[in-house]
Formats: sequence, structure tokens, C-alpha cells
Amino acid sequence: MFEKIQYYLKSFLFLELLKGMYVTGRYFFRRKITVQYPEEKTPISPRFRGLHALRRYANGEERCIACKLCEAVCPALAITIESEQRADGTRRTTLYDIDLFKCIYCGFCEDACPVDAIVETNIFEYHFENRGENIMTKEKLLEIGDRYEAQLAADRSVDAPYR
Amino acid sequence: MSEFFHSTFQFLPEPVQYTVYTLLKVVVILVPLFVVVAYYTYAERKVIGYMQMRRGPNRVGPLGLLQPFADMFKLMFKEIIIPTNSNRYLFIIAPVITFAPSMAAWAVIPFNDTLVFSDINAGLLYILAMTSVGVYGVIIAGWASNSKYALLGAMRSAAQIVAYEIAMGFALVGVLMAAGSLNLGEIVGGQRGGLSNWYFIWLFPLFMVFLISGVAETNRAPFDVAEGESEIVAGFHVEYSGMTFAVFFLAEYANMILIAMLTSLLFFGGWLSPVPGLIGDSIGWLFAKTSVFMFLFLWFRATFPRYRYDQIMRLGWKVLLPVTILWLVVEGVLVYFKIGPWSG
Repeated sequence: MFEKIQYYLKSFLFLELLKGMYVTGRYFFRRKITVQYPEEKTPISPRFRGLHALRRYANGEERCIACKLCEAVCPALAITIESEQRADGTRRTTLYDIDLFKCIYCGFCEDACPVDAIVETNIFEYHFENRGENIMTKEKLLEIGDRYEAQLAADRSVDAPYR
Repeated sequence: MSEFFHSTFQFLPEPVQYTVYTLLKVVVILVPLFVVVAYYTYAERKVIGYMQMRRGPNRVGPLGLLQPFADMFKLMFKEIIIPTNSNRYLFIIAPVITFAPSMAAWAVIPFNDTLVFSDINAGLLYILAMTSVGVYGVIIAGWASNSKYALLGAMRSAAQIVAYEIAMGFALVGVLMAAGSLNLGEIVGGQRGGLSNWYFIWLFPLFMVFLISGVAETNRAPFDVAEGESEIVAGFHVEYSGMTFAVFFLAEYANMILIAMLTSLLFFGGWLSPVPGLIGDSIGWLFAKTSVFMFLFLWFRATFPRYRYDQIMRLGWKVLLPVTILWLVVEGVLVYFKIGPWSG
């Protein structure tokens, strides 16, 4: 009987509800943690896996030796490579395409590469406006590599002890 | 005001003068109401955002202040889709049935001693009647949509509103007994004399019941089973889009503001100052009190999970209703022995 009355009072007095309102009321004045995206950005890890790039050595020679390990390891079959022997006897790619629609940004290509040629940059803001732009050709990849070489080298040197 | 209007428009025939003057008064009440509704939706998103450590809308215009207009224009340009095998006529008329009474109820709300659209003696009864008509719109919308979710939502809302209307009505009886009048202006007048004479002190349980039933009546969280988006999608307005949806929305928010204003009129002395003598009575008090209750609505929504359906029924029939009746008896005894602020 007593318990029944207690239960009845509890459901009328809404004490738990007031407690809940106290919590939300406190949160009302808390610091807001929203990151205002276009103006503010979250810090990016040096291991971030974004848009791909092909790197060069300091003397301007492209690193990729067309070993096709990345093509083999790619779980999404996004990479297509064709190669030939250059006049100086070294093997280089004639075609290096990454289909960004297929790519799952797993970073296996980067791990597989013995010469650190194919890498993933920390660029994540990009878009396509026409059909076919999703195919990253060798020229585009090398261009990105040239443009972001400083950043790429810095990220890799930070991560080097763990590799 | 009235004399001024009639003297400047003397060239018009008498009935036209009257009609124009009345329409003008309607506009004077409804346009600010629409603006408040628009910014109430904005405030809701901001407040709930703040309580969830977010910032809420802040992209459209400075601080996101133009957000309501962006929403409004979006809804205006959207297509109104009428489901197949639905009752076309009722489908379109339902939002109007919900909307019209929620606007009409404002006719008897006094803003101060003189500022009232129509000062009728049965004001409170009129408001009860108007707020009850709104539910027909919900039921018709649910039925006319030819959708099982809409029908379920409509049935829930019908049962809920019937249950809470009674508790609300009884809570208002307490106010009637205290004020001895159904006229809202006189009810406020009965609370003259500072904070201690406001009805919420002596009628505290009734105030609680009124506020809770008010939240239930407007289908707001935590009593929003009629919408219940996690169970029945959006309840009675699943099939509504564009302007028809906006009209439902408008009605809901107008009703929330109405309940907030009624609470401050009936239990918190409306435009009366809490400390007469220090600060005078003014319409500002009414708006301030109303804003507090409007904020409370949003606070509820940010805090509480939805009541289970059978718990809503239990609360309505087995808790709120007996409490109100009990307190009416207590109040009757108090009035008989002339204890409390009322003369009897």
C-alpha cells in the first residue's frame, strides 16, 4: 500500500524529470564543441589516407619502377599499370591509372610500394564535374606529388619510426 | 484607437468601416504571431542544439537568423503530393482544420486591460472549444492519407487528446472557482496584488496538471506519440509535404505559444507585475512570462524520451485526473472558509 502511494507520488511529482532537466539545463551553458567546418578544421593525422599522388626523387626522377605490387595488392582493383623499358634500360610505367570510384582508400598500395612512389596525401576536399575525371592518370598523380612534396615528405618523416 | 479609425474613414459606409477595422485588428494579432512562430522554430533548433553541445543553425544570415525564412521558402516551393486512393478533399482540408482554430483561439487572449480582440465572457470556454477542434484536423489527416502510419498516429492522438482534455478542463475549473469568471481579463484581474496572489501558489497541482496536459494537447515531446518518428515515421502527417505540412507545423507552434500564454495568464497573473508598486504592470510581463513557458516546452523536448503509450494513458486518467479532482475539493473547502487570496 505504502509503496503504491510512493509510486503514485513519484509519477506525479516528476522528480526524475526535474533531475533530467537539470542535466540538460547545465549542458545548455557548456562550451559548444561543433567544428565550423569550412572555417575551422580538425587536425589531420600524418597517416591520413586521402587523394593519391606519385612522388619523385630529389633529382626529378620518378620513383615508380612499375613493379605492379600496388596493382596486385589493391583489393578494389582500382589500379591499372602498363610499363615498358626506357632507353636508359630502366623499367617505367607508361600508364598508371587509379579509378577513384573503385578506390576504397585502404592504403595498401602505399604499404606495398618498395620505393615510396605511390602515396596517399591528406587532401580530402576534391570533386569531379565531368565523367572520366574520376580516373587519376599518371600525369595528374605526378603533378599532385610535385605540388605537395614538402607535406608528403614531412608526414612520412614523422611516421618513419613506426614503419 | 477605435475612434481615430472611425473618424479617419468616415467616408466609408458603417458596415465596411467595421469590417475593415476588424480585419485590421486580426492582422495586428496574427502577423506578430506568425513572426513569433517562425522564430520559435529557430529558437527550438538553437536551444536543443545548445543542450546537445551543438550550435544549431548558424549559416543562413547572421547567427542563422534568416533560417526560418529559408525553411519557409523551401516548403512553399515544394510539391504537395496527394497519395493515391486518399480522400483528396479531406486531405487538403485537414491542415486547415488544425490551423484555423489554433489561430481563432487568439481572439480572446487579452494582452492587457484593454488590448483584447474580443472581450467575451465565456473566453475560457471558447479557448477550450477551439483547442479541441484542432484534433479533428489531426484525425481527418490521418484518415484521409490512406496510410497505416498516419491512421495509427491519428488514433493515438485522438485517445491522448481526449484523455488530457478532461484533466485540462478540470484544472481550469479550479481557476474558475478562484476567479469566479470565465473572462480571461477578469481572471487576470483576480490575481492583482503581487506574486503572492497569483493562482499558481494556491493552485499549484492544477498548474502542474495544466502545463502537462498543455504539452500533451499540443502533441509535443514527451507526449508526441502521435508523431512518434521512431515507430510510426511521422504519424498523422507522413503523407504531407510542402505547404500542407507547413500549415500543420504552424498550427502546432501557434498552439504551443497559446498554451504558454494561457499558463501565464491563468496562473501567473498575465501582465501583472510580481512586485506592484516597484514596477508597474505592463504587456512586457506577459511576454516575459510566456517566453519562460515557451522555453520550457523546448527544454522538455531536449530532455525527455517519449512516454510509452500506456504510460501516457495511465498518467492522464489515473494520475492527473484524480489529482485535479482532489484539489478541486481542497479548493472548495478553502474558498468556503475564505482562506487564500480569493474572496469566495
